[in-house]
Amino acid sequence: MAKKESTFLNMVLTLLIITFVASAALGYIYELTKGPIAASKLAKQNNAIKQVVPEFDNEPIKEEYKMAVDGDTISFFPARKNGELVGTAVSTFTNKGFSGNIKIMVGFLPDGSIFNYSVLEHKETPGLGDKMGTWFNDKNRPKSCILGLSPEVNNLTVSKDKGEVDAITAATISSRAFLDAIDRAYKAYKEGGKK
Amino acid sequence: MNQLKNFSKGFFKENPVFVLLLGMCPTLGVTTSAINGLGMGLATTFVLVMSNLVVSLVKSQIPDKVRIPSFIVIIASFVTIVELAMQAYVPALFEQLGLFIPLIVVNCIVLGRAEAFASKNNILSSILDGLGMGLGFALALTILGGVRELLGAGSFFGYKFIQGDGMLVFVLAPGAFIALGYLIVIINKINKKTA
Repeated sequence: MAKKESTFLNMVLTLLIITFVASAALGYIYELTKGPIAASKLAKQNNAIKQVVPEFDNEPIKEEYKMAVDGDTISFFPARKNGELVGTAVSTFTNKGFSGNIKIMVGFLPDGSIFNYSVLEHKETPGLGDKMGTWFNDKNRPKSCILGLSPEVNNLTVSKDKGEVDAITAATISSRAFLDAIDRAYKAYKEGGKK
Repeated sequence: MNQLKNFSKGFFKENPVFVLLLGMCPTLGVTTSAINGLGMGLATTFVLVMSNLVVSLVKSQIPDKVRIPSFIVIIASFVTIVELAMQAYVPALFEQLGLFIPLIVVNCIVLGRAEAFASKNNILSSILDGLGMGLGFALALTILGGVRELLGAGSFFGYKFIQGDGMLVFVLAPGAFIALGYLIVIINKINKKTA
């Protein structure tokens, strides 16, 4: 078949048809995947909440409330069992990371101590800063474990800054950022996050 | 040209990574583990096959002067489809590859094959060419990712068989260059022998 001539009309028509077909196809695919994408995001958030607070029987995501802090928002997810508050999952952030923002879900018990945490998003160096997911909650390393501590009574900064927590080996900046996020979460929680 | 050759040339003789040295950005960026390399490779394979197919279908309808923009629109549509589908059905892998999926659009291999092969050959040859090139790319990324994961983290496809950290440099950017360099040497050696 002969090639179409590159006349103005031909070029415009060709591009028009191609872009039209492409956008129609993408619209269809978007509709198709919208549900599963939303579901997987929700499941991820739900799993993170389950990890950081004690067992609960309500739906913390439905009771979410927010607070504006430092130009961003911190979300609270209260976990209740038989109507009583057993813990609050706090979705917090820091922009002091070694490479970009870090988002963390941390769970506080009603007395303000840390139950557990889960790193939601980070871009730290593989093998160094990215160990934060398992570094600060390993009970075999009590010097760096923050579980059960409360920012109220414990000085949760790295030992280089005269704090009580051992930083990740060779990743002090990431460790500082992590503790900064926890600190921000706790301050917000104290200020008005406890409901 | 016989069809088997169209398919198999992507693996050794014209392997996009080891011989043509195309698409270095995702190659070096995502191959921190074997599974990442494989995921990226398969996503690219899908885009390559589909764009080769469509380009070879419409090649006689596209005026020469607008062929590159038309190819880009076709490729970009398939990349977006892959991105949405991965987000919906394999969110964990999507998080790892995140940034690099949209970058498939500007991967030289995809546009290169559309321009150099699919726009001149029939549909069957184009599909086989896309499949061969894509699988060759996937193979190369998996090998590179496997080597880096093995040396850097002491595991393979996430299965850990050496305790401890391994040589971290291989998970980081410099390790990508070192590992790629040695792999290219080996592949060239083999190619020279068979040639």
